[in-house]
Order: sequence, then C-alpha cells, then structure tokens
Amino acid sequence: MSHGRPGTRGPYVRPMRGWWRRDPFFVRYMVREATALAVLVYAIVLTVGVVRLAQGEAAFDGWLRALRSPASLLLHAVLLLSMVVHAHSWFEIMPKTMPIIFVGGRRLAARTIQRAGWAATVAVTVVVFALALWARG
Amino acid sequence: MPEAVKSVELEVLRYRPEQEDAPVWQRYRVPYSHDMSVLQALQHVKDELDGSLSFRWSCRMAICGSCGMMINGKPALSCETFVRDLLPGPVRIEALAHLPIERDLIVSVDGFVKKLEGIKPYLIPKEPRTLAQGEYLQTPEQLERIESFSSCINCMLCYAACPQFGLNPDFIGPGVLALLHRYNDDSRDGGRAQRMEVLNAEEGVWSCTAVGYCSEVCPKHVDPANAVNQNKVNSAKDYFLRFLQPKGATR
Repeated sequence: MSHGRPGTRGPYVRPMRGWWRRDPFFVRYMVREATALAVLVYAIVLTVGVVRLAQGEAAFDGWLRALRSPASLLLHAVLLLSMVVHAHSWFEIMPKTMPIIFVGGRRLAARTIQRAGWAATVAVTVVVFALALWARG
Repeated sequence: MPEAVKSVELEVLRYRPEQEDAPVWQRYRVPYSHDMSVLQALQHVKDELDGSLSFRWSCRMAICGSCGMMINGKPALSCETFVRDLLPGPVRIEALAHLPIERDLIVSVDGFVKKLEGIKPYLIPKEPRTLAQGEYLQTPEQLERIESFSSCINCMLCYAACPQFGLNPDFIGPGVLALLHRYNDDSRDGGRAQRMEVLNAEEGVWSCTAVGYCSEVCPKHVDPANAVNQNKVNSAKDYFLRFLQPKGATR
C-alpha cells in the first residue's frame, strides 16, 4: 500500500494478514482465546441439563443417557483438555491483569499469584469430586 | 596466528520510497567479532558496503530507545542484541512491525508522539506549592507502584509486539498507556481526571485484549500489559462512579 502525492510514495504500511502465525507467542494467545470457546460449549451442555431437568424425569434421564454416548465422552475429553489449557494460559497472564498487591510492604510476585490460581483450581476440583462421590452415596 | 575472519549474512528489509513501491529484501555479508551488536553490523554495512542503508541509532547502550527493529521476527534494540547469539544466520532485520516504514529501518513515530503528548506525560500538581514547603515525600510503596512504569524509554518495541495496535493504529497502545498510568498512579500527581478521558475511550485501555507480548519484549521491564489491564479496572470504576457523582468522575 502506498499513498501520498502523485509521483511520490509515502510511508509503507505492511499488511496484518496472518499476523497470529508470525510468532509462537501469538499462536499461544490464539489458543487461549480459542479454548475459551470450550468453556462456552460446556456451559451450554450444563444449561441444557438444567432445562431438561425442569421438563421432568424422563427428559432428564434422556439428557443423562446422551452424556454417556461415545460422541459425548469424546466431546468431554476434548473439552476437559481445552479447559486445562485455557486455565494454564489464563493463569499465565493473570498477574498482568491485576493491580499490584503489597503484602507486608513488598510486592507480591507474579509466580505467587499464578500458584494461588492453581491452588484454587485444585481445591474447587477436590470439593466438586467429593460432593459428587457423597451424592452417589 | 590471527583468527580467520568470520562472517555472517544479514537480510535487511529495504524501502526507498523514490525507488520501489513495496519493501524488498537485500543481503549483505559482514565480518563479525564476538562482541559485535546487530547495530554495529548495520553500521559496518553503512560505512563499508552500502551508504544508502538508513536506520536510527544514538546511544549504543539501550537507554535512548532509537534503534528498535525486528531482528529475526522479534522486536529488539539492535544495540543490545548480539550477532553471536544469532549464529549461524542469516540475521533477518526489518523495521519495527505495525508501524509505517518511512525508509529502510526507519519507522514513522508521528502517531506515537502525538498520543504521548495527549496524555500529559508530566506531573500535574494537586495544588500550587511554594519552594518553602519543601520537596514531596513518597513512601517506598508509593514509589514502587510507579517505578517500573517510569522506566519507559519510548523505544516502541511494545507497539511492534502488539497485534491490536497493528490492526487498529488508533489504539493508544501499551507504551503510552503505561506512561499514563505512571503519572495517574503517582502520589504527587493531581492530573488524573484530565487523563481518564483518553484511558476510558475505546482506543484507550479497552482496545487491549491482554496478549501480553508487550511486556515480554520491553527492554526496560516496564510491564505495559500490567499498566493497561490495571486501568481496565480503574476505567470501569470511573464509569460506575459517574452514576454516584452528578458531574461524573472524569471532569
């Protein structure tokens, strides 16, 4: 692209097409953004479950059967993997998204914030599994 | 016995507006030594091989911020990037990404300077103060809040690292927003309200999607991504505060 007076060329603006393939850092960023869709898909699956529950026992049992189908198991394996990747990439950027935190007059290290994120993830996962096991009796 | 002279190939993206419509790659072979920076390699080209090659430089010690360029696809200061780390080559050198090329490795800085002026990058005192009142005092914590952001040398590597700026050149961008934060968050400053308008605009912090590469490439560890994203919170607070304050929080 060039502009300016006829016979002269102005500054050259390079095209942005395919920008995200130019650096591995951008590819990782796009993976973080893309795996956010897995979170959305999973939210939709759960919402459908709530709707089916409201429709009665038969409808809910049908939803449970659908969840156990091979296609659903494959989908959930992909969703789980995507969620783990998304969590990792999100915790990586998390310290940059937060105000500076001072503890005892010292700035809290980025690594500490990332570890806190993972600790919370593990804690919530354990609680959910414990509740699920308890509910099954 | 003297060591045989080793050489490395440079591939430089050239743009001479009077000569070509679009940039072209040109190769040069230059001798190098262990302590040679990419800037010195380019200076060798200019002095010995091709005087028409244009690039900016000044201090040669990573403080003036003039010699930023894409080196093997990454934004870097050419004075602190060493040829020995890029062997066996070729070393690909291009003008800073996302910025218009004026000539060869020289980019247009007009937009950046205009944005920089727009944020009033200086301390605006809360109230007039006489010399007799003495100096402003800051606690170590107050200093730490702004210290890293005040290290910016305006080299624009973060702009070359920011795809959102590349896609939308109106985005104020990481470096200028980091400086905006540096003044807004300074305990001595009273100019916050004057800067919030820039910050709150769509071209302000809200054009950032937290790619985070700006902070990776910054040669001064300014962490612009943190400055920008802290201010998404501040901008949201400012937005909701206007419902509580009759005249709004920005004015």
